[in-house]
Amino acid sequence: MTSNGWLQIILLFAVVILTAIPLGRYMARVYAGERTFLSAVLGPVERLLYGAAGVDPRNEQGWLGYTLAMLLFNGLGVLLLFALLRFQGLLPWNPQGFSGLSADLAFNTAVSFVTNTNWQSYAGEATMSNFSQMVGLTVQNFLSAATGLALAIALVRGFARSNAKAVGNFFVDMTRSTLYILLPLALVTAVALIAMGMPQTLDGQVAATTLDGAQQTIAVGPVASQIAIKQLGTNGGGFFNANAAHPFENPTALTNMLQVWQMLVISVAIVFAFGQLVGDKRQGHALLAAMLILLVSGVAIAYWAEAAGTPTLMAAGLDPAGGNMEGKEVRFGLGLSALWAAVTTGLSTGSVNAMHGSFTPIGGLVPLVLIKLGEILPGGVGSGLYGMLVMAIIAVFVAGLMVGRTPEYLGKKIEAREVKMAILAVLILPLAVLGFSGVSAVLPDALAGVGNAGPHGLSEILYAYASGAGNNGSAFASLSANTPWYNTTIGFAMLLGRFAYIVPMMAIAGSLAAKTRLAASSGTFPTHGPLFVGLLIGVILILGGLQFFPAFALGPIAEQVQMLAGKTF
Amino acid sequence: MSTTSLASKPAAAKPFGSIATPGILSRAAVDAVRKLDPRLLAKNPVIFVTEVVAALVTVLFVRDLATGQPLLFTGQIMAWLWFTVLFANFAEAVAEGRGRAQAESLKRARTDTLARRIEDINNRQRYTKLSALDLKVGDLVVVTAGELIPGDGEIVEGIASVNEAAITGESAPVIRESGGDRSAVTGGTTVVSDEIVVRITAAPGSSFIDRMIALVEGAERQKTPNEIALTILLVGMTLIFLITVVSLYGLGLYGGTELSVPVLVALLVTLIPTTIGGLLSAIGIAGMDRLVRHNVLAMSGRAVEAAGDVDTLLLDKTGTITFGNRMATEIIPVPGVSEKDAYAAALLASLADDTAEGRSIVSLARDKFGLAMDVAPAGANFVAFSAATRISGVDVDGRQLRKGAVDSVRRFANDLAGGRLAVPAEYNAAVERIARSGGTPLGLADGGRLIAVIHLKDVVKPDIKERFAELRRMGIRTVMVTGDNPVTAAAIASEAGVDDFIAEATPQDKLNYIRNEQRNGRLVAMCGDGTNDAPALAQADVGVAMQTGTQAAREAGNMVDLDSDPTKLIEIVGIGKQLLMTRGSLTTFSIANDVAKYFAIIPALFIVAIPELGVLNIMGLSTPESAILSAVIFNALIIIALIPLALRGVKYTPASAASVLSRNLLIYGLGGILVPFVGIKLVDMIVTALHLA
Repeated sequence: MTSNGWLQIILLFAVVILTAIPLGRYMARVYAGERTFLSAVLGPVERLLYGAAGVDPRNEQGWLGYTLAMLLFNGLGVLLLFALLRFQGLLPWNPQGFSGLSADLAFNTAVSFVTNTNWQSYAGEATMSNFSQMVGLTVQNFLSAATGLALAIALVRGFARSNAKAVGNFFVDMTRSTLYILLPLALVTAVALIAMGMPQTLDGQVAATTLDGAQQTIAVGPVASQIAIKQLGTNGGGFFNANAAHPFENPTALTNMLQVWQMLVISVAIVFAFGQLVGDKRQGHALLAAMLILLVSGVAIAYWAEAAGTPTLMAAGLDPAGGNMEGKEVRFGLGLSALWAAVTTGLSTGSVNAMHGSFTPIGGLVPLVLIKLGEILPGGVGSGLYGMLVMAIIAVFVAGLMVGRTPEYLGKKIEAREVKMAILAVLILPLAVLGFSGVSAVLPDALAGVGNAGPHGLSEILYAYASGAGNNGSAFASLSANTPWYNTTIGFAMLLGRFAYIVPMMAIAGSLAAKTRLAASSGTFPTHGPLFVGLLIGVILILGGLQFFPAFALGPIAEQVQMLAGKTF
Repeated sequence: MSTTSLASKPAAAKPFGSIATPGILSRAAVDAVRKLDPRLLAKNPVIFVTEVVAALVTVLFVRDLATGQPLLFTGQIMAWLWFTVLFANFAEAVAEGRGRAQAESLKRARTDTLARRIEDINNRQRYTKLSALDLKVGDLVVVTAGELIPGDGEIVEGIASVNEAAITGESAPVIRESGGDRSAVTGGTTVVSDEIVVRITAAPGSSFIDRMIALVEGAERQKTPNEIALTILLVGMTLIFLITVVSLYGLGLYGGTELSVPVLVALLVTLIPTTIGGLLSAIGIAGMDRLVRHNVLAMSGRAVEAAGDVDTLLLDKTGTITFGNRMATEIIPVPGVSEKDAYAAALLASLADDTAEGRSIVSLARDKFGLAMDVAPAGANFVAFSAATRISGVDVDGRQLRKGAVDSVRRFANDLAGGRLAVPAEYNAAVERIARSGGTPLGLADGGRLIAVIHLKDVVKPDIKERFAELRRMGIRTVMVTGDNPVTAAAIASEAGVDDFIAEATPQDKLNYIRNEQRNGRLVAMCGDGTNDAPALAQADVGVAMQTGTQAAREAGNMVDLDSDPTKLIEIVGIGKQLLMTRGSLTTFSIANDVAKYFAIIPALFIVAIPELGVLNIMGLSTPESAILSAVIFNALIIIALIPLALRGVKYTPASAASVLSRNLLIYGLGGILVPFVGIKLVDMIVTALHLA
């Protein structure tokens, strides 16, 4: 570890927080329907869209109506994208003449982009036409992110409102998320990325003559526009197979920093917006503190583990100062690779600038743990906040009783219905991850895809399902996942992880909105300040950790202790 | 209740061994076995799951027995799984047993009595004798001295003293009379004197005593809302660990370990929250029981929980905040009269005054100047208070001493002075000052001369201010309800340190106040006894009716205080809070325990295939078998160890939520992580020493 590495990491977080504060204030205004500096331009567009779609923005929906609208919208999104990918060969903007995708891959990919997972069983530059990338994938990059934001705001309204039936209008929240937040940010940052050297063209490839005279075709395309939203929307689906490790997807250390900023900024800003919308900024600060403490710890552990490297290789004469550089880009080095790995999994982005599968066992355990803690640190756009709020509900319920009152969070009593729904939601992750992993660990078809012997192979399987169910999208890439078994089961894991979580979460939103918001007193369980932050961290670690500890023990932990003992496979 | 556990009423405050008598314990041991019936256990999902897997391991044990496999390990796991279930059952049985002991004494009061039913209230001689069990609501019965009242009802005619020891434990009889706020009588209590006619208001089987028996026995115990929510959480955690353990079989196979069923079961049972699952219902029963020990009867567990949530307490001034009676605190002489003479005159005038106010003047004179006069001076002629004159006093040695309402005393003196009474300015000033401070001035005249003003004051109970401060720290607002005028009320309110007051309170005012608080999202508790309190009692989230109150009040409230002590409300809030705290603390403890159990079991499971995982065995447990066994044994024993805490409740100190939380989080959260490391290690040492594994 170097002080330079740490300086870059600290600087990045400082910039993220400083920019997220005004962005959060802006987002709160957008969702409250108040005027912003963009209203003059976007207001007419917004009204035009409502008029065209026949949506009355004042007509709010109850939680069920909201959820059904969301499911319908996303269901249609899956169907459309599935069809588009299947019939890619017949569609325009296909300079390389790629044919349609197989049914299981098209299903996996459609689900993957609609659920904001962006798990990619394919190599983009060798599979996807420009039409598929731009009309199919990039559109879903926007819509899946907007869906997350809309849902989070619906839950926040559940807390903020008192004795209310409605939690908002799904179509209005979608429109505002896209129009006022995602599009402007994507536009500005895409231009910045182009300025920093990222390609943006409708050509499929350029021909180049190498130094020794050979002809080489280099894949290019509308990269910057897709990368901007890929990071902002915590989608993570790369234009190229190598994702952000590819020089065109991440040319310099500066683009690297800009992209990490893009990933974090909306997820952090919405926590500030949350504090503002519930009328107590300290509540947002407490959640953010818990998120960032865990995230920075993750960065530190990964950085430390990668810097420590592999003792066997050191013994074989590798320079210990270099750490573990396997699978890493020299232009980013250990610090920025560890930072990216933690951020991309603490969020739900899943884009990578280094190969997680090549990390040391503990270094690779960090992204795995961050995914399994629920991707709430700070989590995907919107999904991070609602996931964190579900955790906070559980934390408040377990420990809140200890102050001798029926637990309350933000003035809302946490009772049987909320607990039931919160538990249903948190059951999804272990069910999808451990269920599918447990089967895959003994299924010959599944084992055939495993790329490494020993505990690392198990880590690959665990990571794949965690990434799917957690809607992350990153991978321990040595797993060959483009098989019917993995495409289908990971597809289901993604659907479960997204929608089976959202439905109970929205039920909580509805039930909270209907409750009276109680006044706080000194007898109320305090949900701001260090005590609550510590408690929340404890609950997240214990609840998440207890579920997955046995699996970790067999995967990364076993690998680590065996590595330290000098055992190889 | 400045500190210390609420349960420490003298009668109940014995060390641990005495959370239950040997009789209760042995009966509970039998009940624990009876409760193995899966139909009974099904309502406790965590323990039910434990029983199912214990049965599964038993089947495997029998199979091993038949096939001659090694038995020691599986047999011990099986035994301790059953013990886990039995210990949980035992906890519940002990709690029920303690309630049952109280129910027994109540049942004695319910023995079948003969009732004399009359048709015509004016003809008590014509009655039909019938069993109390055959009485219907609306029947009129005559009860005379020495008879048991056959059912709950209201006195429609007559006055009697009634011994209510059967329900209150207080043997001094109380007066019950028709009309007014003391007309309710309870079945099973005894008329000591006189004869009354009672209209029956509760059908047999649903009377007050019946409900009380059902409550303390826990027979009709419904899960309370918070208990239901907690059970859901526990079921959820159980499911999560079920997924973890089942999938571990497949993951283990990958790593080259085929995990056996008893081992997986051991892991499951140690991970699922058996500790809180086993103690949950005992905690609930014990909470009810604590209320009963404070002579408070809650009509539902829901009310007890609501008590913990209360934000606003409506307290009657009289009897709760102040002693019921006004007391003399000073006597202010007019110029020209010495203080001692004034006190002596007041003493003389009050000698025969047997009211609390009169007695307080006598004792004030004694305390201040050592004046004492046990016997009236010879020739004294006492003038008793009458509603017409509104003064009282004495004629002695040619003096006519009178005290009473300021106006009346002035009229008396003015008459004797022939209408030319001189009222000293100081006299008027004193009267005004006393009135302004919320006190009551009494005039004192010696013939045609006003000599002093007596200051009668509503004396605030000495420790009440600290208790209100405690409540404030807990975030509870106190509101004083009084019939006094706003000036008097404000003075007493500031002296007692309440947060708000309702002066000249009518029942409608109380009701409005409660509704307004509830609209602002606050829960309100109040107590009351009169029929006109009934609407407010019903509206309040926690309504405590006094046992001495009317039937209407008792029906409207959701608790009844058998001691009829309005101060009890503060204790009730404490009991509610303690109940919730105990649940939360043990839940946290139970979940935190899992960390250590992982460190015991996980390395033991895979040590053969992956020897390097031995570094996770940070407790240094001797063998894989002993590690697994020790975790299971610890998991079972901790239930037994925590039964006293579950029954007694965690330590309850009135303080702000933040400080209570940090304290309990430290003890039960951090403690919950650390204790099992020590406990499992100790068990492992014993298991190893005994060569059990």
